Amino acid sequence: MAAPLVLVILVAVTVRAVLYRSSLAAFISERVEVASPLNAWKRVVEGLALLDLGVSPYSGAIFHETPLIIYLFHFLIEYAELVFMITDVLTAVALYLAIQDFNKVVFKKQKLLIELDKYAPDVAELIQTPMEMHYIPLKVALFYLLNPYTVMSCVAKSTCAINNTVIAFFILATIKGSAFLSAVFLALATYQSLYPLTLFAPALLYLLQRQFIPIKLKSKSFWLYTMQYAALYLCSLVVIICLSFFLLNSWDFIPSVYGFILSVPDLTPNIGLFWYFFAEMFEHFSLFFVCVFQINVFFYTIPLAIKLKEHPVFFMFVQIAIISIFKSYPTVGDIALYMAFLPVWSHLYRFLRNIFILSCVLIVCSLLFPVLWHLWIYAGSANSNFYYAITLTFNIGQILLISDYFYAFLRREYYLTHGLHLTRQDGTEAMLVLK
Amino acid sequence: LSYVAGLGWFLALAFPPLAPRTYMSENAMGSTMVEEQFLFGERALSYSREFAGHKKKAGGMPVAWLEKTLWNLGLEVHRQPFSRTLPFPDETRERYMVKGTNVYGILRAPRAASTEALVLSVPCSEGPHNNQAVGLMLALASYFRGQIYWAKDIIFLVNEHDLLGMEAWLEAYHDVNVTEVQSSGTLGRAGAIQAAISLELSSDVVTSFDVAVEGLNGQLPNLDLLNLFHAFCQKNGLLCTIQGKLQRSDWDSLPAYAHSLQTLLLMVLAQASGQPRGDHGLFLRYRIEAITLRGINSFRQYKYDMTTVGKTLEGMFRKLNNLLERLHQSYFFYLLPSLSRFVSIGVYMPAFGFLILVLVLKISFWAVGSGWGPFPSPWHPPPAGAAGLTVGFPQESQPGLLVLVPPLLICHATGLALYFLPVLGQRMATQHFPVSESEAVVLTVIAIYVAGMALPHNTHRVLAGGGSDRGWMALKLLALLYLAVQLGCLALLNFSLGFLLAATMVPAAAAVQPTGPKVLLAALLVLATPAVTLLLGIFLQRELVEAPAAAAEGWQLFLAAVGEGLLQHHLYGSFLFPFLALGAYPCWLLLWNVLFWK
Repeated sequence: MAAPLVLVILVAVTVRAVLYRSSLAAFISERVEVASPLNAWKRVVEGLALLDLGVSPYSGAIFHETPLIIYLFHFLIEYAELVFMITDVLTAVALYLAIQDFNKVVFKKQKLLIELDKYAPDVAELIQTPMEMHYIPLKVALFYLLNPYTVMSCVAKSTCAINNTVIAFFILATIKGSAFLSAVFLALATYQSLYPLTLFAPALLYLLQRQFIPIKLKSKSFWLYTMQYAALYLCSLVVIICLSFFLLNSWDFIPSVYGFILSVPDLTPNIGLFWYFFAEMFEHFSLFFVCVFQINVFFYTIPLAIKLKEHPVFFMFVQIAIISIFKSYPTVGDIALYMAFLPVWSHLYRFLRNIFILSCVLIVCSLLFPVLWHLWIYAGSANSNFYYAITLTFNIGQILLISDYFYAFLRREYYLTHGLHLTRQDGTEAMLVLK
Repeated sequence: LSYVAGLGWFLALAFPPLAPRTYMSENAMGSTMVEEQFLFGERALSYSREFAGHKKKAGGMPVAWLEKTLWNLGLEVHRQPFSRTLPFPDETRERYMVKGTNVYGILRAPRAASTEALVLSVPCSEGPHNNQAVGLMLALASYFRGQIYWAKDIIFLVNEHDLLGMEAWLEAYHDVNVTEVQSSGTLGRAGAIQAAISLELSSDVVTSFDVAVEGLNGQLPNLDLLNLFHAFCQKNGLLCTIQGKLQRSDWDSLPAYAHSLQTLLLMVLAQASGQPRGDHGLFLRYRIEAITLRGINSFRQYKYDMTTVGKTLEGMFRKLNNLLERLHQSYFFYLLPSLSRFVSIGVYMPAFGFLILVLVLKISFWAVGSGWGPFPSPWHPPPAGAAGLTVGFPQESQPGLLVLVPPLLICHATGLALYFLPVLGQRMATQHFPVSESEAVVLTVIAIYVAGMALPHNTHRVLAGGGSDRGWMALKLLALLYLAVQLGCLALLNFSLGFLLAATMVPAAAAVQPTGPKVLLAALLVLATPAVTLLLGIFLQRELVEAPAAAAEGWQLFLAAVGEGLLQHHLYGSFLFPFLALGAYPCWLLLWNVLFWK
C-alpha cells in the first residue's frame, strides 16, 4: 500500500522540480489566482529583507505573514523550493494516514449499525465495502499532490501550502484522537490564517464522539470535555502568539496580519468575492459590508454543527470548503485542500445531481481566468467586469458543488435509515442549510 | 444544423444590416475641424532623395546623417543599437545574426510636461523601399517643430530591420525584456505613448492608401483610430483601402456583397495568422493603439502628391494631440467588411456560438448516454434496476479512466516534442541530412507532426481491456470537452483563429467514432487537422487576393508559413505556434486515437 504512495510522491516531486526549473515558474508566481497579498512569495522575500536590515518586517505595508513563518524562512531561505515540496508531501501523507484511519472508523461504525439493525433492510447497495474503501487514501493523496492547483501554488511558493500542511496535521491529529495535538495544530492554523477557527466545532464533535460522550447540553461530561479542549486550544494559541511577540519584540504583527485579513484593505483582484465589491463600494458603507462578509464565513458553523453533529469529518470538509470560498484572500491552493477530500465521499456519487456540469464549469473558469486577465490587463480590450464575472461563476460553481455534496450526504443518510424504496417524496429538509 | 447556422451567420456578417457604419465615439476627435497647413511636399521629396543617397553610400541605415538631420531640425536625438540572434536563419529575409540601430528624435511638447507621447515610425528597409516615407517624416518633423499647439511629445522613429528593430525599441522604451533582444537601453524617453502610426511609402506620388490593422496575435487597435484615418482620407479626397480592397459604393447588390465578404475573409485570415501585418503590430502589445499606413502606387488615374499625404498625417496627429485620455471609447473587437463598416463582437460571436453549440450538445448527449450525466431525478428514489447498474459503475469506470491516461500523456508528449525539438534538433539534422538549418527546422516540424499520427495505433493495446466501448466513449467525451474549452478561450483572444479552427475541427470532432466508414472518417479528420487548415487557409488567401497559387507554390508557401510561425513565436512571442503544438494538435491526436480505438 505504501509503494503506490511513494510512486505518487515521486511523480509529484518530479513535476514540481521540472516546473521550478522552467520559465513557467515566474509566470505562475505572478498570477493573482495563485498568490494573494497574504501569501505571495515576493512579499515573504520583502519581509525577510526588512528583517535582515533590522527593521520590523511589518513596518511597510507589504508583508502580512506571521512571525513564525518569517523566522522559518529566515533559516531556510536557501532551501525554499525544497521546503515547499516537502510541505506538500507532508500534507499528502498526513491526509493519507488520516483518511486511512477514518475509513477504519467508518467501517467499524457501519458494522456496528448493521449488527444493531439500525439500517433499513434494503440498503445493501448503499453500504461501503472494504474493496471500495481500500484505494480511497491513495486517491486522496493523488488528488492533493497532482491537482494542478496544488502544483501551481507550490511552484509559486505560496505560503498557503504551509497552511494546508498545518490543517492536514490538525485533521490527522483529530482523527487519531489526540486532543492535545489537535488543539495545538488548530491553534497553529488559526494563528496562520484566522479562519480555521471555525474548525474548532467539528474537531470537538469528533473527539467527543471518539470518547463516547453524548452531545447533550445538559450532560456534565460534555461541558467538561469541551472546556478542556477549548482551554488546550486557547493556551496553545496564547503560547504561539507570545512566542511571536518575543521573536519580534512588538505587537506589530497583530494588526498587520489579522487586521489585514479582517478589514480587507488590499483589493488586488483574486478569485474571491471581496475585491470587486469593495472596489465598487462607497467608502462609508464598506465597514458594514466587511462585517457582513466576514460574518458570512463564520456563520455557517452553527447550523452545520447542528445538522451534522453525527458526522464531524464531513462537517470538517464542508467547513474547509466554505472557508476557501468565502475567505478574504482566497487562492487556488486553498481550493486544492478541500478538493483532496472529494474521493472520500465517492460513495455519494450516485446521489450527486450535476457533478459533471459543475466540474466542467470549474475547469472552464480556471482556464478563462488567465485569458480574461490577459484581455483586461495587457490587451486593454476587456475590463474588470469580465474578470469578476468569471470569479463569480467560479465561486458559484464551488458553492453548488459543496451543496450538492452536502445534499447527497444527507440523502444517503436518510435512505440508510429509512430504506431505499419510499413511497412518499422526501428529502426536502436538506435544502434548508446551504443557500 | 447548428453548424450550418453558424457558418451561415458568419457569411451574413458581410450584409449591410449587420454591419453598421463606423462612427467616431471619442469626443476629442469628434469632428475633423482642424485646418491642415502642411505645404512641404517638395521638401519631403528632397529629403527622401538625400536619404536615399546616403543610404546607398552607407550600405545600410545612414545613422550619422539621420542624427545630424534630426538634430538640425531641433529635435532631441537618440540612437539605440541592438542585436539579436535568431533561433534559426530566416531564409525569406536572409538574416540570422541581426545587428541594427534605431534612431529617433523627440519633439518636446511646448504646452505640457512630457507625460504623453505620439509616435510616427518609419521602417528603414533594404533596397530603395521606403525612402519617401523617411523624407515625409523629416518634412513633417520640421513642420511640426514650428507649431506651438503640441500638448504631447512626438517621437519620430526610424527603425532598422522592421519588426526586430521595433521590438527592440519598444522593449527598451518600456524597459522590459520579453524576448532575447540585446540592446543598449534607450537614453531619452517621452511620456506614455498614446498612439502610434507606422508609415510605409515607396513612391513619390500615391494613388491610394492601404491600412493594416491586424497586430501580433490578432490584436486590433481601437476602432476610433481607424475611423480617424478614414475621416481624414475622405476629407482630403484620398482613396483608402483595407486588405487591398477598395470599398464599393453600391451596397445592396450581389457583387458588392461578394466583395465585402472577400474583404471580411481576408481580414479573418490575416487575423488568424497572428502575424503583425505591419510595424504597428508590436505596439498593440504595449496597449498602444497603432496602425500602419501603406502608400500604394498603382495604375489609377488620380495621383496624390506628398503635400496631400502630409496633410492627412498632420490632421491625424493634431486630432490625436487633442486626446484627453487613452482611446477607450470605441470597439476593440470588430471585423471589417469594408473600411466604413464594422461588425462588432456582439454580432459576430453568435456565429462562433453556434459552432461551439454543436460540441456542447454532443457532449451533453454523450454524457447522458454513457451514464456520466445527471442521475435520475432527485425527488424520486432510483428504481432498483438502475441502482444496481450505477453501483456496478465505479468498478467499471476504474479501468475506463486509467485507460485514458496513456493516450493523453502520449498526445501531449508529442505536442511537447513538436514544440521543442525542431529548434533544438536543427544542428543534428543539418549534420545528417543535406538540408539547410531553416529547412531542417520546418521539415522536423512536419516529420514529428506526421509521426504523431502513426502513434495512436499502438497506444491503447498496451493496456488490457483498452478496446472497450466505454473507453473510447470516455476518450471522445474528454476530447470534445477539451476542444470546446480550447476553442472558447481562443475565440476570446483571437476570434478569427478560433472561428477558423472551429469551422474545420468541429464537424470532424463531432462525427468521429471507431465504428462506421473508417476511411471516410479518417479523411475527414485529416482534413480537419490544423496543418491542413493552414494549407487551405493559404490557398484561400491567394484565391481572395486574386492570385491563385499552384499546388507546388502552395507547398512552398506552406513551408514558409511554418517557418515564419516558428520565428514569430521565438522573436515576438506570438502564440499561434505554441497553441497549435501544445493545445490543438494533442487534442486532434486524441480524436485520431478515438478513430483507431479498435
